Formats: sequence, structure tokens, C-alpha cells
Amino acid sequence: MSQTITDGHSVDTGTVLLGASAVTMRFGGLTAVNNVSLNVHSGEIVGLIGPNGAGKTTLFNCLTGLYRPTSGEVRFLGEVLPPKPRLVVRRGMARTFQNIRLFHNMTALENVMVGMYSRTQTNAIDAVFRLPRHRREELASTERAKELLDFVGLSKAADTLSRNLPYGDQRRLEIARALATEPKLLLLDEPTAGMNPQETRQAEELIFRIRDLGLAVLVIEHDMRFIFNLCDRVCCLVRGEVLIEGPGEVVQNDPRVIEAYIGSSETDDEPAVPAADEPEQKGEADA
Amino acid sequence: MEYFLQQLINGLSLGALYALIAVGYTVVYGIVQLINFAHGEIFMIGAFGAYATWMILGQPTDWSTTMSLLVLLPAMLIGGMVASVTVALMTERFAYRPLRNAPRLAPLITAIGVSVFLQEFVRLFYGWVPGFPDAKSAIPFPSVPGLSGESLQFGEVLIQMPAVFTLAALAVCSVFLWYFVNRTKTGRAMVATSQDPDTARLMGINVDRVIMAAFALGAALAAIAGVAHGLRYGNIDFRMGFLAGLKAFTAAVLGGIGNIAGAVVGGLVLGVAEAMATSFIPGQFGSSAWKDVWAFALLILVLVFRPEGLLGAKVVDRA
Repeated sequence: MSQTITDGHSVDTGTVLLGASAVTMRFGGLTAVNNVSLNVHSGEIVGLIGPNGAGKTTLFNCLTGLYRPTSGEVRFLGEVLPPKPRLVVRRGMARTFQNIRLFHNMTALENVMVGMYSRTQTNAIDAVFRLPRHRREELASTERAKELLDFVGLSKAADTLSRNLPYGDQRRLEIARALATEPKLLLLDEPTAGMNPQETRQAEELIFRIRDLGLAVLVIEHDMRFIFNLCDRVCCLVRGEVLIEGPGEVVQNDPRVIEAYIGSSETDDEPAVPAADEPEQKGEADA
Repeated sequence: MEYFLQQLINGLSLGALYALIAVGYTVVYGIVQLINFAHGEIFMIGAFGAYATWMILGQPTDWSTTMSLLVLLPAMLIGGMVASVTVALMTERFAYRPLRNAPRLAPLITAIGVSVFLQEFVRLFYGWVPGFPDAKSAIPFPSVPGLSGESLQFGEVLIQMPAVFTLAALAVCSVFLWYFVNRTKTGRAMVATSQDPDTARLMGINVDRVIMAAFALGAALAAIAGVAHGLRYGNIDFRMGFLAGLKAFTAAVLGGIGNIAGAVVGGLVLGVAEAMATSFIPGQFGSSAWKDVWAFALLILVLVFRPEGLLGAKVVDRA
């Protein structure tokens, strides 16, 4: 039942960064992701929506190598991705988590520096003998980490333990840490869950600035206003399958999408706006 | 007062020995949640490796103090570390890694098996190598001129040179550990992995390599402790890792397992407690035969009233 409208529409500006084809993930008898194909092009912001349990996060886990898909393949810049997270990161894909997974007992700055792990050259031997190379690189990493904190607006919190940061700041720190891995594609799993409207606007603006850096973004969200403001293209997953994929306004007005969220046909004739509000509340309730 | 200071010094130097071993328990536990009961044997192998280095150097007994301290001692330390790190990495690779995702009990039982294996291996290996002494019972540890048998006198307080060596080694290692954990990317990767291995992987960290680094780090410190033990007691024994390992494990739990600073503090507290118990408890309960009773009584007390250890373990949040 998968339906893909990936090729030949207006926002396809760049090359295909991420190409997932026919990805299926089964856990025993449960098929969490079924035959999903999805392309993300460079410089593009793509939204991934769908009701709870639709398999959005599972798909993220397949894309980033946390899960090995039961079948199907994931290509990045044309090459098949190895199902190992650390190698996926090296290729240029980074992610954040729906439930924030920072290193809680590290400072904000240290969290970002961990993100740089795969982009620095010195090893334990250099460090043990305190070679000048190691010193230089540590200084450069610290500088870069501070720049990234500044970029997400957390420069004042550099030395705060991440568990002591306010919720919204923790989300932004996760984004800074993901950016530290120098990705070409950033995967955001519900970046505004639990945020108030003002923080949500800030997050939106941050994602635009990330795109302006030349990164592509794939974002999972329940906040429909956020998604349709932000995304060039939206893909709706329902029960592990792609229901529809296309430009925001097409997906927004598709009666099947509305039905998938509301779960009944009585809203069929109404405009999409009420449907857009409903999941927003749902998203907040989740957090 | 002098008596008290004397016992305090004795306790601290004994505690420094426990602390050096305890770090190995705590870093490995912090990352793979494995109580590596074979770590005591890694300590023993460090001592035997140092002994083998001394044999290979031609059993020098008449070296000058300078030569001994600048060449012989470092050579023995490095030899001990090479032996212990090699064995530790091999146990990790062949005994623990295949069981990484097995139920927790499986690697624990394996660790006990590895412990027995390594004891017997050392005993038989020393009997097999021509020229090496038979290791069925304790063998005398080589004396290092300038350390063995020497001591410093401060008023009434006498400090044996091996004790000075142990304390100095712990001080240097503590500074090194602090630097390693806080100022190097491998150290940061280690802390990150102990807090959340999956996220660490997604940051590009090679978790296998971090685990190997943890085993190697613990083994290197245990080898230093092995040499310190040999110098302090004058002999080594293939069974010496059992009790020392158990005490060091106690020290790690005392300080809060998973916490490196806790292992150092726990070791020192345990050493001082043992020394004080044997000096100030009157009657036969204060005899040295009772020191292990008091050491483990202290462990039970801490576990009852402060189960997370003195400094508290770094609680791993896997939300």
C-alpha cells in the first residue's frame, strides 16, 4: 500500500541524501514498519507525521542503525548504510530523541564535545603523552563546542550539568550535540514535544537556521502547525505504512490523513484546520 | 598520638593498594555492569609479570640505588603492566564479549571461572618455564635497592619506603585519572558510554574500543598495585589476588561502584579502618586475625545505611 511521490516535484533541489527503499521492521509478529520508502534531498526539510504507534521512531531507529531492518535497505549518498550507529554517524547522519537522551551528569559543553568524537583525530596515546597535537585539538574542540552552544542559544549554560537545564534547553542542547557530529542530514524526533508556543517558534526558527547551514532535516512532529510551516514535504505514516507523501498543503487537506488522526469520518467535510489542532494537544499530552 | 599517626600511615598505604585495584572494578562496572571477579587475578599477574621482567633482566641484585629506581623499577612496572593489560584484554575479548548481551548472571559466573583459570595458569606456567621458580607456594619478590627494606623517619613515625611508593603511585594515578576522564576525548567517551551506551554509539563512539580501554586502564593500575604488594610484603603468591581482589571490590562498593573517585576514597577508608581496628580494639578482637572481620563488617554497615556507597554511584539513567 505504500505510495511515494518522491520524484519530480518542485522542492527537489538537490541530490538524494537519504534513500530508504522498502524498509520493513518486524518484532516477532508485529510489523512496526512495513515497506516504507522515503527519500530526503539535500537542503530539504521533510516532515514525518502519523498517529502514535505509526512506526515513526522505529523508522528513525532503522535509518540510524539502532535497528537492523528485517528487509529493505537504507542508502546514504548512494551507499548502503552499515547497520552500526557509529558508522552511520561518520557518514553524516545525526539524530535527537523523543525522550531526551543527554549525558545527564555531563555539562552542556561536555555533551557537545562528546558529539565531536568521530570528527577528531587524536587518540588515547596522544592524550596519555600529552602531545601538542592533542592539546591543540582539545582547544579547537572546546572553541567549536562553544560556537555550537551559541548557535542554539545556550552559550550561558556551557558549564551547567545537562540534567539541571530546563526542558526546552535540553532539547536545544541535544540539537547542538547532534550538530557537533557534522551531519549532512539531521533527524529530529519530536523536537517541540512539551514546549510552549513561544519555545516552539524558537525551535522552528532554529531549524530554518540549520537548513540555511546547508543541512537537510527530517523531523517527526505531532504539532501540525509546526510541521506545515516548516516542511517542504510531508510524509504521513499510519500503522507502519506510508499513507501519503507530498507537499504540505496536499497532505494537510487529504481526508485520509484527517481520518487517521481523528479516527472517524464525521469530520470529512470540515476544513483541515481543526484536524491540525487536535494532534497538537495530543503531542503535549504525550510529553 | 604518634601511635595514632603511625597507624594512620599504615592504613593509608594499605588503602592505597586497595584503591589502585578498586579503580579496575569500578571503571569496568561503570561501563558494562559486570563485576569482574577475575580482576584480583589481573593484579596477581601484574606482580608475576614484574617478577618475570626481573628474571629476564638477569636477576640483578647488585644494582646501585639510582639504577634500580630509574631503570629496574620502571622496567618491572612496565613488564607487569604489559602482562596484566594483555591478559585483561584477552579475557574481555574471549570470555566477556561473547556474553555481552547474555543475562547478567552468565558473565558473573564466567568471571569466577576466569579467576580460577588464571590462578592455575600462572601456577603451572611458572613451573613449566625453565629457570623460573616453582610457583606452587609464595615466591620471594625481588628487592629493589632504595625501596625494599628502607624507611623514612619522622619523629616517632616510621614510614616504610614501599608504603611511600604505594601512596605516591596512587597520587600520580589519581591525577592521571582525573586528567584522562575530564580532559581527553577517550575519557569523555568512557563517561558517555557509562551513562548511555546506545546514545554514545549514535555520537560515533566505538563502544567496543571504550570497553577495551576500561579493561586496560584497570589492569594497568592493578599491575602497579601488584608491584607495590610485592615490595611491601616481600613475596608473591598465585593466590594473592583472591583476598586482595575481594578487599578492593569491597572498597569499590564502599565508595560507590561506578564512581572512580569513590573507589579511591573507599580504598583509603577501608585501609585505615583495618589498621585502626587492629590497633585500637582491645583484647583478641583487635588481633590481626580479626582485621578481615572488621573490614567486611564495615562493608555491611555501609550497605545497610548508605547502599549507594560513600560518594554515591553515578546513577545511570536509561529513560
